[in-house]
Amino acid sequence: MKKFLLKGILHDRGRSLVPVFVVAIGALLTVFLYSWVTGAMGDSIEMSSNFNTGDVKVMTRAYAAEADQIPNDLAILGAGRITEQLKNRWPDMDWVARIRFGALADFPDREGLTRGQGPVAGWAIDLLSANTKEPSRFNLPGAIVRGAMPSQSRECLISEELASRFDVKPGDSFTLFGTTMEGGFSFTNYIVSGTLKFGSAGLDRGAVILDIRDARSAFCMDDAAGEILGYLPVSYYDHKMAVAVQSRFNADIKEFAPDEEKMFEPVMLTLKEQSGMAELVDYSKAISAMLIFIFVAAMAIVLWNAGLLGGLRRYTEFGVRIALGEDKGHIYRSLLWEAVMIGCIGSLAGTAAGVALVYALNVKGFDMSGYMQNATILMPSVIRPAITPVVYYIGFIPGVFSMLLGNALAGAGIYRRETARLFNELEV
Amino acid sequence: MENKEIVKLNGVYKRFPSGKTEFTALSRIDLSFAGGEFAGLAGPSGSGKTTLLNIIGSLDVPTEGTADVLGKRINDLSHKEAALLRNYGIGFIFQTYNLLPVYDVYDNVEFALLLQKMSPNERKRQVMEALDWVGLTDKVHSRPAALSGGECQRVAIARAMVKRPRLVLADEPSANLDSKNSHRIVQTMKQLNRDLGTTFIFSTHDEKVMQYLDRIIYLKDGEVERDVVV
Repeated sequence: MKKFLLKGILHDRGRSLVPVFVVAIGALLTVFLYSWVTGAMGDSIEMSSNFNTGDVKVMTRAYAAEADQIPNDLAILGAGRITEQLKNRWPDMDWVARIRFGALADFPDREGLTRGQGPVAGWAIDLLSANTKEPSRFNLPGAIVRGAMPSQSRECLISEELASRFDVKPGDSFTLFGTTMEGGFSFTNYIVSGTLKFGSAGLDRGAVILDIRDARSAFCMDDAAGEILGYLPVSYYDHKMAVAVQSRFNADIKEFAPDEEKMFEPVMLTLKEQSGMAELVDYSKAISAMLIFIFVAAMAIVLWNAGLLGGLRRYTEFGVRIALGEDKGHIYRSLLWEAVMIGCIGSLAGTAAGVALVYALNVKGFDMSGYMQNATILMPSVIRPAITPVVYYIGFIPGVFSMLLGNALAGAGIYRRETARLFNELEV
Repeated sequence: MENKEIVKLNGVYKRFPSGKTEFTALSRIDLSFAGGEFAGLAGPSGSGKTTLLNIIGSLDVPTEGTADVLGKRINDLSHKEAALLRNYGIGFIFQTYNLLPVYDVYDNVEFALLLQKMSPNERKRQVMEALDWVGLTDKVHSRPAALSGGECQRVAIARAMVKRPRLVLADEPSANLDSKNSHRIVQTMKQLNRDLGTTFIFSTHDEKVMQYLDRIIYLKDGEVERDVVV
């Protein structure tokens, strides 16, 4: 029977071509838009994760309470030991210590007198270790406009915008005025090894990136770190995984800080619990769900109508089948089976086209920098659709479901048909 | 040829609602058909021929009276049971052939067997045998659109006969055919009636068909006017 129905689908273009086309278009758009939303939102989330939040972040309880102010006087002490413990407990994850700071950059003239000063937002990260992933996490090699990556202590990178404002070139030196962990005054000279452009206004205004060892030395933060960030071994942030890590960490808190008093105990927050990220993560999921719903609804309406027209066209066929002794329920089920087949064929075609499109656009990317000159949120300037395992099956959800729903509604008429009128109907 | 009664209608009435009143399509029908009969229902339009075929074919039920077909009381059958009776016991031949246009001759004939549990080899054997009965083994892969009216009706006969039903109901099977094809079609059915013992009940007012019938039941205004054994 299935072979018979499949033959009908293949031979009868009216039965298959329009629905397959509609389903394929729907599946293609679903794949593309899902990838686009996941890519745009995922890249924003990933950028926030890379620069600020990590997938999980360990801070002292006191630091976490005032994290927006970057209170390095409340930083984690014994950061090396805790980082090692975290690495041992979750070896698949990447754990990195960081110090964020606000400071004043003083750019001197040839005589060493102040030529100009400006506030900077600083990231002290592991720039110089052999296997560090931090430069690639910040996309530093790709963001360098002039100069090169720091190769030794006391070299740093500054944003191109900051460098241009004060006419600074790679090789020039400047002084950072900051605050030590104990609240004292700190000033240290650095050499600009290169300038950066991230494509995000928030970062490009006044970013300074230096090695964490230099920051520890400058701010008297020996073996301390404002934050220890953890990165899950997945492409995009996975909240369930993050919560699982967080739960275990917070349950075993005494193992990590046996002697700390409560306010200086390390506490782990997930990405979603930090600086408005919950809204972004939920928004991303809501948009994806909404897209699927819209496509299911729109396609179901189109396919319902296509099913009704098909049902009218096949009125005689159903009549003959009833007369030949096929049960109405069997005809209805065969109609649903056809819907699944057509839905699968259309979804397969649409998904193949959608994935090809997504791959092409992923390689090329959309340069949105022109529209994001004044954007303050952390967003990449080049947006790419994301290629995740989901894109290979998400098109099947609206494709098969809407086809099934459309045919289920359209086919209900089979049950209302009076067999007593078959002879009259079949002999018109 | 078996002589046992396979259709027995007892005091059958069929009434249809017509506005606030009722229209009586059949009244006081007492008829029986034995196995192997080659009989026809004759009469003008509106005399009740098709309504009677509907009831015998388990497509409708009497309003009053009883109808027993192939040992089943039609009045009491559920939709599923009626479908099963049609599937295994009754073949239908329509005036307008009603072949499925997207399938070829083989598929059209095979369809009747797909509803029965049967091995593909057995199915193929029976389909080819049925096509052989109607002389269409050379048109196995033709679509209905490529066949003449006579050939289409022969495919319809093969489709009705392929499951070897005990009863075949044919509603005006020659109405759309020319004289030559009409004779050929009825001769084919007569031959199958003789060879296989299948009971044929026609609804017709075509003289060409009537000359082949062994029994003609004349209906008028829903009642049996004459029952003539030829």
